[in-house]
Amino acid sequence: MAPTPFFYPKAAGMAQTLDSLQVLSTRPPKSVRTSLGTVLLYGLGFAILAWSYSGADIRPWALIEDWGNMAVLGADFFPPDFAHWRYYLEEIIKTLQIAIWGTFLAIIFAIPFGLMAAENLSPIWLRQPVRRLMDALRAINEMVFAMLFVVAVGLGPFAGVLAIFIHTTGILAKLFSEAVEAIDPRPVEGIRATGANVLEEILYGVIPQVIPLWVSYSLYRFESNVRSATVVGMVGAGGIGVVLWEVIRGFYFAQTCAVMIMIIVTVSLIDLLSAWLRRRFL
Amino acid sequence: MMQLAVEVRNLSKTFSGGRRALDNVSVRIEPGEMVALIGASGSGKSTLLRHLAGLVASDRNADGCAVSVGGRSVQAGGKLSPEVRRIRGNIGFVFQQFNLVNRLSVITNVLIGTLSRLPLWRTLLFRFPEEERRLAMAALQRVGIADWAFQRASNLSGGQQQRAAIARAMVQRAELVLADEPIASLDPEASRRVMESLAELNRADNVTVLVSLHQVQFALRYCPRTVALRDGEIVFDGPSAALTPEKLGELYGSDAEELLLGEALTPNRAPRPTKIVGFPQPADGLAVAAAS
Repeated sequence: MAPTPFFYPKAAGMAQTLDSLQVLSTRPPKSVRTSLGTVLLYGLGFAILAWSYSGADIRPWALIEDWGNMAVLGADFFPPDFAHWRYYLEEIIKTLQIAIWGTFLAIIFAIPFGLMAAENLSPIWLRQPVRRLMDALRAINEMVFAMLFVVAVGLGPFAGVLAIFIHTTGILAKLFSEAVEAIDPRPVEGIRATGANVLEEILYGVIPQVIPLWVSYSLYRFESNVRSATVVGMVGAGGIGVVLWEVIRGFYFAQTCAVMIMIIVTVSLIDLLSAWLRRRFL
Repeated sequence: MMQLAVEVRNLSKTFSGGRRALDNVSVRIEPGEMVALIGASGSGKSTLLRHLAGLVASDRNADGCAVSVGGRSVQAGGKLSPEVRRIRGNIGFVFQQFNLVNRLSVITNVLIGTLSRLPLWRTLLFRFPEEERRLAMAALQRVGIADWAFQRASNLSGGQQQRAAIARAMVQRAELVLADEPIASLDPEASRRVMESLAELNRADNVTVLVSLHQVQFALRYCPRTVALRDGEIVFDGPSAALTPEKLGELYGSDAEELLLGEALTPNRAPRPTKIVGFPQPADGLAVAAAS
Protein backbone atom coordinates (compact mmCIF):
# COMPACT_ATOMS: atom_id res chain seq x y z
CA MET A 1 0.00 0.00 0.00
CA ALA A 2 0.91 3.68 0.12
CA PRO A 3 2.49 4.32 -3.28
CA THR A 4 4.24 7.63 -3.53
CA PRO A 5 1.90 10.41 -4.65
CA PHE A 6 3.52 11.05 -8.00
CA PHE A 7 1.91 11.02 -11.42
CA TYR A 8 3.36 8.12 -13.30
CA PRO A 9 4.25 8.41 -16.94
CA LYS A 10 1.60 7.13 -19.34
CA ALA A 11 3.51 3.97 -20.07
CA ALA A 12 3.33 2.93 -16.44
CA GLY A 13 -0.31 1.97 -16.85
CA MET A 14 -3.74 3.27 -16.01
CA ALA A 15 -4.19 1.35 -12.79
CA GLN A 16 -1.18 2.97 -11.18
CA THR A 17 -2.22 6.43 -12.28
CA LEU A 18 -5.67 5.99 -10.72
CA ASP A 19 -4.06 4.66 -7.60
CA SER A 20 -1.86 7.71 -7.20
CA LEU A 21 -4.79 10.04 -7.90
CA GLN A 22 -6.68 8.46 -5.04
CA VAL A 23 -3.74 9.02 -2.74
CA LEU A 24 -3.62 12.64 -3.78
CA SER A 25 -7.34 13.12 -3.19
CA THR A 26 -7.16 11.89 0.39
CA ARG A 27 -4.95 14.84 1.30
CA PRO A 28 -6.37 18.33 1.78
CA PRO A 29 -5.36 20.83 -0.90
CA LYS A 30 -2.24 22.77 -0.02
CA SER A 31 -4.06 26.10 0.31
CA VAL A 32 -6.41 24.76 2.99
CA ARG A 33 -3.63 23.23 5.01
CA THR A 34 -1.55 26.40 5.19
CA SER A 35 -4.44 28.77 5.83
CA LEU A 36 -4.12 28.72 9.64
CA GLY A 37 -0.50 29.85 9.45
CA THR A 38 -1.46 32.55 6.97
CA VAL A 39 -4.17 33.88 9.28
CA LEU A 40 -1.69 34.05 12.17
CA LEU A 41 0.81 35.90 9.95
CA TYR A 42 -1.78 38.50 8.92
CA GLY A 43 -2.87 38.84 12.55
CA LEU A 44 0.72 39.52 13.58
CA GLY A 45 1.08 42.14 10.83
CA PHE A 46 -2.06 43.98 11.97
CA ALA A 47 -0.97 43.78 15.60
CA ILE A 48 2.34 45.48 14.75
CA LEU A 49 0.54 48.24 12.84
CA ALA A 50 -1.91 48.81 15.72
CA TRP A 51 0.91 48.88 18.27
CA SER A 52 2.78 51.59 16.31
CA TYR A 53 -0.31 53.70 15.70
CA SER A 54 -0.23 55.96 18.72
CA GLY A 55 3.57 56.14 18.95
CA ALA A 56 3.78 57.44 15.39
CA ASP A 57 0.97 59.94 16.12
CA ILE A 58 -1.11 58.92 13.11
CA ARG A 59 -3.89 61.54 12.72
CA PRO A 60 -5.44 61.14 9.27
CA TRP A 61 -8.26 63.53 10.12
CA ALA A 62 -5.71 66.31 10.59
CA LEU A 63 -5.22 66.19 6.83
CA ILE A 64 -8.93 66.90 6.38
CA GLU A 65 -9.37 69.41 9.21
CA ASP A 66 -6.34 71.44 8.13
CA TRP A 67 -7.12 71.16 4.46
CA GLY A 68 -7.36 74.95 4.18
CA ASN A 69 -3.80 75.45 5.54
CA MET A 70 -2.45 72.86 3.14
CA ALA A 71 -4.13 74.55 0.19
CA VAL A 72 -2.67 77.93 1.17
CA LEU A 73 0.82 76.42 1.59
CA GLY A 74 0.50 74.60 -1.74
CA ALA A 75 -0.63 77.75 -3.49
CA ASP A 76 2.44 79.61 -2.17
CA PHE A 77 4.68 77.13 -4.09
CA PHE A 78 3.25 78.09 -7.45
CA PRO A 79 4.32 79.48 -9.75
CA PRO A 80 7.94 78.49 -8.98
CA ASP A 81 10.37 81.39 -8.90
CA PHE A 82 13.41 80.66 -11.07
CA ALA A 83 14.83 84.19 -10.80
CA HIS A 84 18.06 82.95 -9.17
CA TRP A 85 18.43 79.79 -11.29
CA ARG A 86 22.10 80.46 -12.05
CA TYR A 87 22.89 80.48 -8.36
CA TYR A 88 20.88 77.26 -7.82
CA LEU A 89 22.64 75.60 -10.74
CA GLU A 90 26.07 76.53 -9.33
CA GLU A 91 25.10 75.04 -5.98
CA ILE A 92 23.67 71.89 -7.60
CA ILE A 93 26.95 71.42 -9.47
CA LYS A 94 28.78 71.88 -6.18
CA THR A 95 26.47 69.21 -4.73
CA LEU A 96 27.41 66.80 -7.51
CA GLN A 97 31.07 67.53 -6.87
CA ILE A 98 30.57 66.69 -3.19
CA ALA A 99 28.92 63.39 -4.17
CA ILE A 100 31.67 62.58 -6.69
CA TRP A 101 34.50 63.06 -4.21
CA GLY A 102 32.66 61.45 -1.32
CA THR A 103 31.95 58.35 -3.42
CA PHE A 104 35.44 58.26 -4.96
CA LEU A 105 37.20 58.32 -1.60
CA ALA A 106 34.77 55.72 -0.28
CA ILE A 107 35.52 53.35 -3.18
CA ILE A 108 39.29 53.72 -2.65
CA PHE A 109 38.97 52.86 1.04
CA ALA A 110 36.25 50.23 0.61
CA ILE A 111 38.51 48.06 -1.60
CA PRO A 112 41.08 47.16 1.09
CA PHE A 113 38.47 47.14 3.88
CA GLY A 114 36.15 44.97 1.77
CA LEU A 115 38.97 42.48 1.09
CA MET A 116 39.92 42.48 4.78
CA ALA A 117 36.30 41.84 5.80
CA ALA A 118 35.85 38.86 3.45
CA GLU A 119 35.64 35.49 5.16
CA ASN A 120 37.45 33.61 2.40
CA LEU A 121 40.50 35.91 2.30
CA SER A 122 41.02 37.34 5.73
CA PRO A 123 41.95 35.70 9.06
CA ILE A 124 39.43 36.15 11.87
CA TRP A 125 41.63 38.47 13.96
CA LEU A 126 41.67 40.95 11.08
CA ARG A 127 38.18 40.33 9.73
CA GLN A 128 36.21 40.87 12.91
CA PRO A 129 37.65 44.28 13.92
CA VAL A 130 37.31 45.54 10.33
CA ARG A 131 33.69 44.37 10.16
CA ARG A 132 32.80 46.03 13.47
CA LEU A 133 34.41 49.28 12.33
CA MET A 134 32.42 49.18 9.07
CA ASP A 135 29.22 48.44 11.04
CA ALA A 136 29.85 51.56 13.08
CA LEU A 137 30.38 53.71 9.97
CA ARG A 138 27.13 52.40 8.49
CA ALA A 139 25.10 52.77 11.66
CA ILE A 140 25.55 56.56 11.81
CA ASN A 141 23.66 58.52 9.16
CA GLU A 142 25.45 60.96 6.84
CA MET A 143 23.59 63.87 8.44
CA VAL A 144 25.06 63.06 11.82
CA PHE A 145 28.58 62.81 10.39
CA ALA A 146 27.96 66.07 8.52
CA MET A 147 27.08 67.88 11.75
CA LEU A 148 30.22 66.52 13.40
CA PHE A 149 32.49 67.44 10.47
CA VAL A 150 31.01 70.94 10.28
CA VAL A 151 32.29 71.37 13.82
CA ALA A 152 35.66 69.79 12.96
CA VAL A 153 36.54 71.34 9.58
CA GLY A 154 34.10 74.25 9.44
CA LEU A 155 31.05 75.07 7.34
CA GLY A 156 31.28 74.16 3.67
CA PRO A 157 31.38 71.37 1.11
CA PHE A 158 34.44 69.60 2.56
CA ALA A 159 32.43 68.63 5.65
CA GLY A 160 29.85 67.13 3.27
CA VAL A 161 32.50 65.21 1.35
CA LEU A 162 33.87 63.73 4.58
CA ALA A 163 30.40 62.80 5.85
CA ILE A 164 29.49 60.99 2.64
CA PHE A 165 32.92 59.38 2.36
CA ILE A 166 32.84 57.93 5.88
CA HIS A 167 29.28 56.59 5.72
CA THR A 168 29.65 55.20 2.18
CA THR A 169 32.92 53.45 3.05
CA GLY A 170 31.01 51.39 5.62
CA ILE A 171 28.33 50.46 3.11
CA LEU A 172 30.59 49.70 0.15
CA ALA A 173 33.10 47.71 2.23
CA LYS A 174 30.26 45.40 3.31
CA LEU A 175 28.89 45.03 -0.22
CA PHE A 176 32.40 44.53 -1.66
CA SER A 177 33.24 41.84 0.89
CA GLU A 178 29.99 39.99 0.18
CA ALA A 179 30.88 39.96 -3.52
CA VAL A 180 34.32 38.55 -2.65
CA GLU A 181 32.77 35.83 -0.48
CA ALA A 182 30.67 34.68 -3.44
CA ILE A 183 33.58 34.10 -5.87
CA ASP A 184 34.56 30.78 -7.39
CA PRO A 185 37.65 29.68 -5.41
CA ARG A 186 39.00 27.42 -8.17
CA PRO A 187 40.62 30.09 -10.39
CA VAL A 188 42.31 31.50 -7.29
CA GLU A 189 43.74 28.08 -6.49
CA GLY A 190 44.85 27.81 -10.12
CA ILE A 191 46.86 30.99 -9.66
CA ARG A 192 48.21 29.90 -6.28
CA ALA A 193 49.43 26.67 -7.89
CA THR A 194 51.71 28.67 -10.24
CA GLY A 195 53.65 30.00 -7.24
CA ALA A 196 52.03 33.45 -7.21
CA ASN A 197 51.89 35.41 -3.95
CA VAL A 198 48.76 36.54 -2.10
CA LEU A 199 48.62 40.00 -3.73
CA GLU A 200 48.84 38.41 -7.18
CA GLU A 201 46.14 35.88 -6.27
CA ILE A 202 43.81 38.75 -5.34
CA LEU A 203 44.69 40.94 -8.32
CA TYR A 204 44.46 38.21 -10.98
CA GLY A 205 42.02 35.77 -9.38
CA VAL A 206 39.64 37.70 -7.14
CA ILE A 207 39.31 41.21 -8.62
CA PRO A 208 38.37 40.09 -12.18
CA GLN A 209 35.56 38.00 -10.70
CA VAL A 210 34.08 40.78 -8.56
CA ILE A 211 34.66 43.84 -10.74
CA PRO A 212 31.19 43.90 -12.42
CA LEU A 213 29.45 43.76 -9.05
CA TRP A 214 31.81 46.32 -7.52
CA VAL A 215 31.17 48.76 -10.36
CA SER A 216 27.44 48.23 -10.09
CA TYR A 217 27.41 48.79 -6.31
CA SER A 218 29.59 51.89 -6.65
CA LEU A 219 27.24 53.45 -9.20
CA TYR A 220 24.22 52.72 -6.99
CA ARG A 221 25.95 54.41 -4.11
CA PHE A 222 26.85 57.39 -6.27
CA GLU A 223 23.16 57.82 -7.16
CA SER A 224 22.07 57.73 -3.57
CA ASN A 225 24.99 59.96 -2.53
CA VAL A 226 23.76 62.65 -4.92
CA ARG A 227 20.47 62.56 -2.98
CA SER A 228 22.31 62.60 0.35
CA ALA A 229 24.49 65.50 -0.79
CA THR A 230 21.37 67.62 -1.34
CA VAL A 231 20.47 67.30 2.33
CA VAL A 232 23.84 67.38 4.12
CA GLY A 233 23.86 71.07 3.15
CA MET A 234 20.97 71.60 5.55
CA VAL A 235 23.35 71.27 8.47
CA GLY A 236 25.83 73.61 6.80
CA ALA A 237 27.92 71.12 4.85
CA GLY A 238 27.71 72.96 1.52
CA GLY A 239 25.84 72.58 -1.76
CA ILE A 240 22.20 73.05 -2.72
CA GLY A 241 21.07 71.89 0.73
CA VAL A 242 22.29 75.19 2.22
CA VAL A 243 20.16 77.09 -0.27
CA LEU A 244 17.17 74.84 0.36
CA TRP A 245 17.42 75.39 4.09
CA GLU A 246 17.66 79.18 3.66
CA VAL A 247 14.59 79.48 1.39
CA ILE A 248 12.47 77.19 3.57
CA ARG A 249 13.40 79.06 6.73
CA GLY A 250 12.71 82.38 5.01
CA PHE A 251 9.25 81.14 3.82
CA TYR A 252 10.23 81.77 0.18
CA PHE A 253 8.09 78.90 -1.03
CA ALA A 254 8.11 79.83 -4.72
CA GLN A 255 11.90 79.67 -4.66
CA THR A 256 11.77 76.45 -2.62
CA CYS A 257 9.64 74.96 -5.36
CA ALA A 258 12.15 76.00 -8.03
CA VAL A 259 15.04 74.43 -6.07
CA MET A 260 13.08 71.21 -5.54
CA ILE A 261 12.24 70.95 -9.24
CA MET A 262 15.90 71.42 -10.14
CA ILE A 263 16.91 68.73 -7.61
CA ILE A 264 14.34 66.30 -9.00
CA VAL A 265 15.60 66.86 -12.55
CA THR A 266 19.25 66.45 -11.51
CA VAL A 267 18.67 63.27 -9.49
CA SER A 268 16.60 61.75 -12.31
CA LEU A 269 19.32 62.52 -14.84
CA ILE A 270 21.99 60.98 -12.61
CA ASP A 271 19.86 57.85 -12.12
CA LEU A 272 19.43 57.49 -15.89
CA LEU A 273 23.13 58.04 -16.51
CA SER A 274 24.20 55.50 -13.91
CA ALA A 275 21.67 52.92 -15.14
CA TRP A 276 23.10 53.37 -18.62
CA LEU A 277 26.67 52.97 -17.32
CA ARG A 278 25.75 49.80 -15.43
CA ARG A 279 24.25 48.29 -18.56
CA ARG A 280 27.36 49.18 -20.51
CA PHE A 281 29.66 47.58 -17.99
CA LEU A 282 27.85 44.34 -17.23
CA MET B 1 73.39 11.69 -9.87
CA MET B 2 70.13 13.23 -11.03
CA GLN B 3 67.57 14.37 -8.48
CA LEU B 4 64.27 12.53 -8.45
CA ALA B 5 61.46 14.52 -10.03
CA VAL B 6 59.08 13.45 -7.28
CA GLU B 7 59.76 11.72 -4.02
CA VAL B 8 56.97 10.92 -1.57
CA ARG B 9 57.75 9.10 1.66
CA ASN B 10 55.18 7.71 4.09
CA LEU B 11 52.55 10.29 3.25
CA SER B 12 49.29 10.05 5.19
CA LYS B 13 46.33 12.38 5.25
CA THR B 14 43.27 12.17 7.48
CA PHE B 15 40.46 14.65 6.84
CA SER B 16 38.43 16.14 9.64
CA GLY B 17 35.77 13.57 10.29
CA GLY B 18 38.36 10.82 10.39
CA ARG B 19 38.29 9.70 6.76
CA ARG B 20 41.72 8.43 5.74
CA ALA B 21 42.39 9.88 2.28
CA LEU B 22 46.01 8.73 2.00
CA ASP B 23 47.56 5.92 3.93
CA ASN B 24 51.34 5.71 4.11
CA VAL B 25 51.91 6.44 0.43
CA SER B 26 55.43 6.34 -1.03
CA VAL B 27 56.26 7.06 -4.68
CA ARG B 28 59.40 7.91 -6.60
CA ILE B 29 59.30 9.36 -10.10
CA GLU B 30 62.38 9.94 -12.28
CA PRO B 31 62.76 13.10 -14.36
CA GLY B 32 61.15 12.75 -17.79
CA GLU B 33 58.66 10.05 -16.88
CA MET B 34 55.00 10.19 -17.85
CA VAL B 35 53.05 8.43 -15.14
CA ALA B 36 49.34 7.76 -14.82
CA LEU B 37 47.66 7.80 -11.43
CA ILE B 38 44.50 5.73 -11.53
CA GLY B 39 41.83 4.81 -9.06
CA ALA B 40 38.09 5.07 -8.52
CA SER B 41 36.69 8.40 -7.36
CA GLY B 42 37.53 8.96 -3.72
CA SER B 43 40.64 6.81 -3.87
CA GLY B 44 42.96 9.74 -3.02
CA LYS B 45 44.31 10.76 -6.45
CA SER B 46 43.48 14.46 -6.09
CA THR B 47 44.65 14.53 -2.52
CA LEU B 48 48.02 13.08 -3.47
CA LEU B 49 48.52 15.58 -6.32
CA ARG B 50 47.53 18.50 -4.10
CA HIS B 51 50.09 17.40 -1.53
CA LEU B 52 52.78 17.37 -4.24
CA ALA B 53 52.03 21.00 -5.11
CA GLY B 54 51.95 21.96 -1.44
CA LEU B 55 48.32 23.05 -1.68
CA VAL B 56 47.53 20.98 1.41
CA ALA B 57 49.66 19.80 4.31
CA SER B 58 49.76 16.18 5.40
CA ASP B 59 49.03 14.79 8.86
CA ARG B 60 51.41 15.97 11.53
CA ASN B 61 53.17 12.74 12.22
CA ALA B 62 56.86 12.61 12.85
CA ASP B 63 57.76 9.30 11.26
CA GLY B 64 59.66 10.51 8.23
CA CYS B 65 56.71 11.80 6.20
CA ALA B 66 58.09 13.96 3.41
CA VAL B 67 57.33 15.24 -0.08
CA SER B 68 59.99 16.67 -2.34
CA VAL B 69 59.96 17.79 -5.94
CA GLY B 70 63.15 18.11 -7.97
CA GLY B 71 65.17 17.43 -4.80
CA ARG B 72 63.60 20.34 -2.90
CA SER B 73 61.33 19.77 0.06
CA VAL B 74 57.70 20.80 -0.46
CA GLN B 75 56.57 19.63 2.95
CA ALA B 76 57.77 17.41 5.76
CA GLY B 77 56.06 16.12 8.87
CA GLY B 78 52.85 18.00 8.10
CA LYS B 79 54.47 21.41 7.64
CA LEU B 80 54.76 23.21 4.33
CA SER B 81 58.25 24.37 3.44
CA PRO B 82 58.77 28.14 3.76
CA GLU B 83 59.94 27.97 0.14
CA VAL B 84 56.74 26.37 -1.09
CA ARG B 85 55.74 29.31 -3.33
CA ARG B 86 59.08 29.21 -5.15
CA ILE B 87 58.81 25.45 -5.64
CA ARG B 88 55.25 25.77 -6.98
CA GLY B 89 56.72 28.04 -9.64
CA ASN B 90 58.40 24.95 -11.08
CA ILE B 91 55.26 22.83 -10.92
CA GLY B 92 52.49 23.19 -13.48
CA PHE B 93 49.08 22.19 -12.16
CA VAL B 94 46.24 21.29 -14.53
CA PHE B 95 42.81 20.98 -12.90
CA GLN B 96 39.71 19.01 -13.83
CA GLN B 97 37.66 22.23 -14.00
CA PHE B 98 40.51 24.11 -15.80
CA ASN B 99 40.51 26.85 -13.09
CA LEU B 100 41.14 29.68 -15.54
CA VAL B 101 39.98 33.19 -14.69
CA ASN B 102 36.94 33.50 -16.95
CA ARG B 103 36.90 37.27 -17.35
CA LEU B 104 40.58 37.54 -18.25
CA SER B 105 41.82 36.96 -21.79
CA VAL B 106 43.36 33.62 -22.68
CA ILE B 107 46.81 35.20 -23.10
CA THR B 108 46.61 36.82 -19.64
CA ASN B 109 45.62 33.48 -18.16
CA VAL B 110 48.71 31.95 -19.78
CA LEU B 111 50.92 34.84 -18.62
CA ILE B 112 49.83 34.10 -15.05
CA GLY B 113 52.37 31.29 -15.38
CA THR B 114 55.14 33.92 -15.33
CA LEU B 115 54.02 35.67 -12.11
CA SER B 116 56.36 33.74 -9.86
CA ARG B 117 59.51 34.83 -11.73
CA LEU B 118 58.60 38.48 -12.45
CA PRO B 119 59.22 41.38 -10.04
CA LEU B 120 56.18 42.48 -8.05
CA TRP B 121 55.94 45.96 -9.57
CA ARG B 122 55.47 44.41 -12.99
CA THR B 123 52.87 41.88 -11.96
CA LEU B 124 50.85 44.41 -9.93
CA LEU B 125 50.70 46.73 -12.98
CA PHE B 126 49.99 43.93 -15.48
CA ARG B 127 53.27 44.88 -17.26
CA PHE B 128 54.48 41.63 -18.79
CA PRO B 129 57.80 41.89 -20.66
CA GLU B 130 57.72 41.51 -24.44
CA GLU B 131 59.66 38.24 -24.40
CA GLU B 132 57.22 36.67 -21.93
CA ARG B 133 54.33 37.70 -24.17
CA ARG B 134 56.06 36.05 -27.11
CA LEU B 135 56.63 32.93 -25.02
CA ALA B 136 52.93 32.86 -24.13
CA MET B 137 51.91 33.23 -27.78
CA ALA B 138 54.30 30.43 -28.75
CA ALA B 139 52.80 28.18 -26.08
CA LEU B 140 49.27 28.88 -27.35
CA GLN B 141 50.50 28.10 -30.86
CA ARG B 142 51.89 24.84 -29.61
CA VAL B 143 48.61 23.69 -28.06
CA GLY B 144 46.73 24.93 -31.11
CA ILE B 145 44.60 27.79 -29.75
CA ALA B 146 46.65 30.86 -30.73
CA ASP B 147 43.63 32.27 -32.62
CA TRP B 148 41.75 32.59 -29.34
CA ALA B 149 44.55 34.41 -27.49
CA PHE B 150 42.64 37.66 -26.99
CA GLN B 151 39.24 36.14 -26.27
CA ARG B 152 37.92 35.88 -22.77
CA ALA B 153 38.69 32.45 -21.33
CA SER B 154 34.96 31.85 -20.81
CA ASN B 155 34.42 31.94 -24.59
CA LEU B 156 36.48 28.78 -25.09
CA SER B 157 35.20 25.23 -25.07
CA GLY B 158 36.22 22.95 -22.22
CA GLY B 159 38.94 21.24 -24.25
CA GLN B 160 40.36 24.58 -25.39
CA GLN B 161 40.37 25.89 -21.82
CA GLN B 162 42.25 22.81 -20.71
CA ARG B 163 44.85 23.33 -23.44
CA ALA B 164 45.18 26.96 -22.32
CA ALA B 165 45.90 25.60 -18.84
CA ILE B 166 48.61 23.37 -20.33
CA ALA B 167 50.03 26.42 -22.15
CA ARG B 168 50.19 28.15 -18.77
CA ALA B 169 52.27 25.26 -17.41
CA MET B 170 54.55 25.54 -20.49
CA VAL B 171 55.07 29.26 -19.92
CA GLN B 172 55.87 28.51 -16.29
CA ARG B 173 58.78 26.42 -17.64
CA ALA B 174 57.57 23.81 -15.20
CA GLU B 175 59.84 20.82 -14.66
CA LEU B 176 56.89 18.81 -13.39
CA VAL B 177 53.28 18.93 -14.53
CA LEU B 178 50.61 17.54 -12.24
CA ALA B 179 47.30 17.01 -13.98
CA ASP B 180 44.30 16.24 -11.78
CA GLU B 181 41.65 14.45 -13.86
CA PRO B 182 42.35 16.79 -16.80
CA ILE B 183 39.96 14.97 -19.13
CA ALA B 184 37.16 13.97 -16.77
CA SER B 185 34.94 16.87 -17.92
CA LEU B 186 35.71 16.52 -21.64
CA ASP B 187 34.30 14.59 -24.58
CA PRO B 188 36.49 11.85 -26.14
CA GLU B 189 37.92 14.02 -28.94
CA ALA B 190 38.81 16.90 -26.60
CA SER B 191 40.24 14.33 -24.17
CA ARG B 192 42.49 12.95 -26.86
CA ARG B 193 43.81 16.41 -27.76
CA VAL B 194 44.50 17.30 -24.15
CA MET B 195 46.35 14.04 -23.60
CA GLU B 196 48.32 14.64 -26.83
CA SER B 197 49.32 18.09 -25.55
CA LEU B 198 50.53 16.62 -22.27
CA ALA B 199 52.39 13.83 -24.07
CA GLU B 200 54.00 16.32 -26.45
CA LEU B 201 55.16 18.45 -23.51
CA ASN B 202 56.66 15.36 -21.92
CA ARG B 203 58.33 14.17 -25.13
CA ALA B 204 59.64 17.47 -26.52
CA ASP B 205 60.63 19.29 -23.31
CA ASN B 206 61.35 16.24 -21.17
CA VAL B 207 58.88 17.53 -18.58
CA THR B 208 57.87 14.98 -15.97
CA VAL B 209 54.11 14.42 -16.09
CA LEU B 210 51.95 12.84 -13.43
CA VAL B 211 48.36 12.62 -14.59
CA SER B 212 45.42 11.24 -12.66
CA LEU B 213 42.80 9.45 -14.71
CA HIS B 214 39.84 7.31 -13.98
CA GLN B 215 39.74 5.71 -17.42
CA VAL B 216 42.35 3.04 -17.77
CA GLN B 217 42.50 3.09 -21.58
CA PHE B 218 44.01 6.59 -21.54
CA ALA B 219 46.65 5.46 -19.07
CA LEU B 220 47.47 2.50 -21.32
CA ARG B 221 47.72 4.68 -24.37
CA TYR B 222 49.76 7.61 -23.10
CA CYS B 223 51.63 6.55 -19.98
CA PRO B 224 54.28 3.80 -19.82
CA ARG B 225 53.90 3.57 -16.06
CA THR B 226 50.82 3.54 -13.84
CA VAL B 227 50.39 3.99 -10.12
CA ALA B 228 47.07 2.66 -8.88
CA LEU B 229 45.40 3.86 -5.70
CA ARG B 230 42.61 2.22 -3.76
CA ASP B 231 41.22 3.77 -0.57
CA GLY B 232 44.32 5.90 -0.14
CA GLU B 233 46.81 3.07 -0.56
CA ILE B 234 49.04 2.23 -3.51
CA VAL B 235 47.94 -1.18 -4.76
CA PHE B 236 49.95 -1.27 -7.99
CA ASP B 237 53.00 0.53 -9.37
CA GLY B 238 54.43 -0.76 -12.61
CA PRO B 239 54.16 -0.87 -16.38
CA SER B 240 50.71 0.16 -17.61
CA ALA B 241 50.67 -2.80 -19.99
CA ALA B 242 50.38 -5.12 -17.00
CA LEU B 243 46.97 -3.66 -16.16
CA THR B 244 44.77 -6.20 -17.93
CA PRO B 245 41.06 -6.31 -17.11
CA GLU B 246 41.81 -9.42 -15.04
CA LYS B 247 44.47 -7.55 -13.06
CA LEU B 248 42.10 -4.60 -12.51
CA GLY B 249 39.38 -6.95 -11.35
CA GLU B 250 41.84 -8.45 -8.90
CA LEU B 251 42.84 -4.96 -7.64
CA TYR B 252 39.47 -3.26 -7.52
CA GLY B 253 36.84 -5.96 -7.49
CA SER B 254 33.49 -4.55 -8.57
CA ASP B 255 34.95 -0.99 -8.73
CA ALA B 256 37.00 -2.07 -11.76
CA GLU B 257 34.04 -1.29 -14.00
CA GLU B 258 34.28 2.42 -13.23
CA LEU B 259 37.85 2.37 -14.50
CA LEU B 260 36.96 0.50 -17.66
CA LEU B 261 34.06 2.76 -18.62
CA GLY B 262 33.92 3.92 -22.18
CA GLU B 263 35.43 1.66 -24.78
CA ALA B 264 35.70 -1.97 -23.89
CA LEU B 265 39.27 -2.89 -23.19
CA THR B 266 40.81 -5.72 -25.10
CA PRO B 267 44.42 -6.75 -24.62
CA ASN B 268 45.40 -6.29 -28.26
CA ARG B 269 44.29 -2.65 -28.43
CA ALA B 270 46.07 -1.68 -25.22
CA PRO B 271 49.27 0.40 -25.47
CA ARG B 272 50.13 1.58 -28.96
CA PRO B 273 53.89 1.25 -29.23
CA THR B 274 54.15 4.23 -31.62
CA LYS B 275 52.88 6.55 -28.93
CA ILE B 276 55.43 5.63 -26.35
CA VAL B 277 58.56 5.27 -28.43
CA GLY B 278 61.18 7.64 -27.13
CA PHE B 279 59.94 7.67 -23.55
CA PRO B 280 62.73 7.05 -21.14
CA GLN B 281 62.00 3.74 -19.51
CA PRO B 282 62.70 4.30 -15.84
CA ALA B 283 63.58 0.79 -14.87
CA ASP B 284 65.37 1.81 -11.67
CA GLY B 285 62.58 4.04 -10.42
CA LEU B 286 60.12 1.28 -11.05
CA ALA B 287 62.08 -1.28 -9.18
CA VAL B 288 62.54 0.98 -6.17
CA ALA B 289 58.91 2.03 -6.14
CA ALA B 290 57.66 -1.48 -6.53
CA ALA B 291 59.85 -2.61 -3.68
CA SER B 292 58.64 0.06 -1.24
